[in-house]
Amino acid sequence: MSLLTQRLRVLPFLPAYVALYFLFLYLPILLLPVFSLNDAATTTFPLAGFTTKWYASLAGNSVMLQAAWNSLVVGVAVSLLSTVLGICAARAITRYRFRGQRAAAGLIMAPLFLPEIIVAVSLLMIVLAMGVELSLITVILGQTVFCVPYAMSVLVSGFEGFDRSLEEASYDLGETAIGTFRRVTLPVVAPAIVSSLLVTFTISLDEFILAFFLSGTEPTLPVYIWGQLRFAAKLPGVLALGTVMLVASILMLTLTEILRRRAERRTQMAFTLP
Amino acid sequence: MADRPMIEIANVSKFYGIYKALDDVSLTIGEGEFFSLLGPSGCGKTTLLRSIAGFETPTAGEIFIDGVPSLALPPNRRPTNMVFQNYAIFPHLDVAENVAYGLKRLRLSAQDERKRVGDALDQVRLTGLGQRKAHELSGGQRQRVALARALVMRPKVLLLDEPLSALDKKLREEMQVELRTLQKAVGITFILVTHDQYEALALSDRIAVMFGGRIAQIASPKEIYQRPRTRKVADFLGGMNFLKAKVLGEQGNAVSVDAARFGAVSLDKPQGFAATNGHVTVGIRPERLRLLWDDDRAPHELAGRIENRAYFGEVTHLTVGVDGLEQPLSMVETNNFGADDLPVGAEIRLAYDPEAFVLLAEDPPVTRV
Repeated sequence: MSLLTQRLRVLPFLPAYVALYFLFLYLPILLLPVFSLNDAATTTFPLAGFTTKWYASLAGNSVMLQAAWNSLVVGVAVSLLSTVLGICAARAITRYRFRGQRAAAGLIMAPLFLPEIIVAVSLLMIVLAMGVELSLITVILGQTVFCVPYAMSVLVSGFEGFDRSLEEASYDLGETAIGTFRRVTLPVVAPAIVSSLLVTFTISLDEFILAFFLSGTEPTLPVYIWGQLRFAAKLPGVLALGTVMLVASILMLTLTEILRRRAERRTQMAFTLP
Repeated sequence: MADRPMIEIANVSKFYGIYKALDDVSLTIGEGEFFSLLGPSGCGKTTLLRSIAGFETPTAGEIFIDGVPSLALPPNRRPTNMVFQNYAIFPHLDVAENVAYGLKRLRLSAQDERKRVGDALDQVRLTGLGQRKAHELSGGQRQRVALARALVMRPKVLLLDEPLSALDKKLREEMQVELRTLQKAVGITFILVTHDQYEALALSDRIAVMFGGRIAQIASPKEIYQRPRTRKVADFLGGMNFLKAKVLGEQGNAVSVDAARFGAVSLDKPQGFAATNGHVTVGIRPERLRLLWDDDRAPHELAGRIENRAYFGEVTHLTVGVDGLEQPLSMVETNNFGADDLPVGAEIRLAYDPEAFVLLAEDPPVTRV
């Protein structure tokens, strides 16, 4: 019997604690879809009956649809921008050795640990001082600062196993530099790139503080939701919208994880011998 | 050595700053020859191989491949293919796709391509494994894929960078036999980089031993083992008993020396030989000393005492002290006659053949930084 199972015996309440922990974590989130299907304008038990009318009302809400469109534009732009920057950073970190490498890596990762609201306020100050109008573009730039560290950490793990000898083998077999990039480099690191795109898109979709400070008159979805919460009657619609976003996020994160594992397997098995 | 030169390396040097990875290396490798570059890590053997492949650009000199000056050619335009140390199997492709990788640029018909891939897989005994994914292969199979992928291009020269070093001992020995058979079958020039002297001895037609970016000696396996030119070469190729000997006289190409307790020995002068203060270094391989039992007699005998003994299964290594010698002698005895039962301290007699001694030139001073 291992030490761990022995400990578990001594601590019989541990599984109960874990169950409670998950309940506490996920119950509120589970209530979201439940009330979004409830035929009542208030979020109280007992449930009044089943309805999909809140979802139907979303489709006719042009302000909400505009906000969703804004979020999509911002999300796509942010994921592309931060992934491209992340590719450059990850390649530099994994391929080359240079002076100040650790400092550079640390500074790129730093926004992860800075209070977001402070970053948002400072960005707002600079944007206003420069006389730039607040728009989706300022949101995109602000969120990119925040997403590059995520992109980089996903990409570094994808690039780490990529050995230069794969590219050399391709040249050696007669392929050109461009052909090598297309036939070897890109396919091998593709899963990492796709998973970086998905992660940064998901983060951008959920991001509120930067969007709230920098979006001006064009709200993204989270900013729109925040505005709706002032009106009690709009709550079920918000819950329905929230449910849709929740499902989308979970789907995307699942896909990301699948791709990340595939990328890891690929790069690992190429360079570890059995 | 084959008659027609395939690779000519002319005064090639490679500097990294003031570090000389290759220091004025010249050598010629024949068509169809199995040639090994042997030396310790950092001796420049891999740099030389990668220069032939086109992955390194020498600072000076020229490399001719089949008569063509090739330094200006990129790797993808040289008639050479390489088997990488880690095999560099493309992880996103299966075995057949890996082997067909280079063929794609030749734009063969689908049928021709399939045939060439099939033939290459047969050649390395991977018949029927074309659909395997790279991660489903064992180390030995990966090596075969790397070989097939290179050979399918029908290169004039196959370059092998420590191809067996990642395999375990048993598999390595099997692959050595296979590599040699394969080279005879395809008949092209193979250049092998290795730090394993047994591998080089077992596989090569000729071996170049390298130290510090320079070639110390180029010769057939037998000659390089039996007639090493310098002390370092002798030492790298296997066990050697080194003795200080006094020069008695020189006559043409022969030197007669007084090899301490072994008496007067006449030896061939190696290239670059020079005595210092009338003294030279001579060597004799441990297996050229032989134990004498009971009534055995030999024309040349020495008495000694066993100081140490190490059992290796098929052989026993003995360290034998001999009065009048500065260093004890190393010997290797097969275990057929009971050498493994001799106790430490036992008085023994040993036989030697004066012909087995070699005269060793001084190694050039190490000039690299």
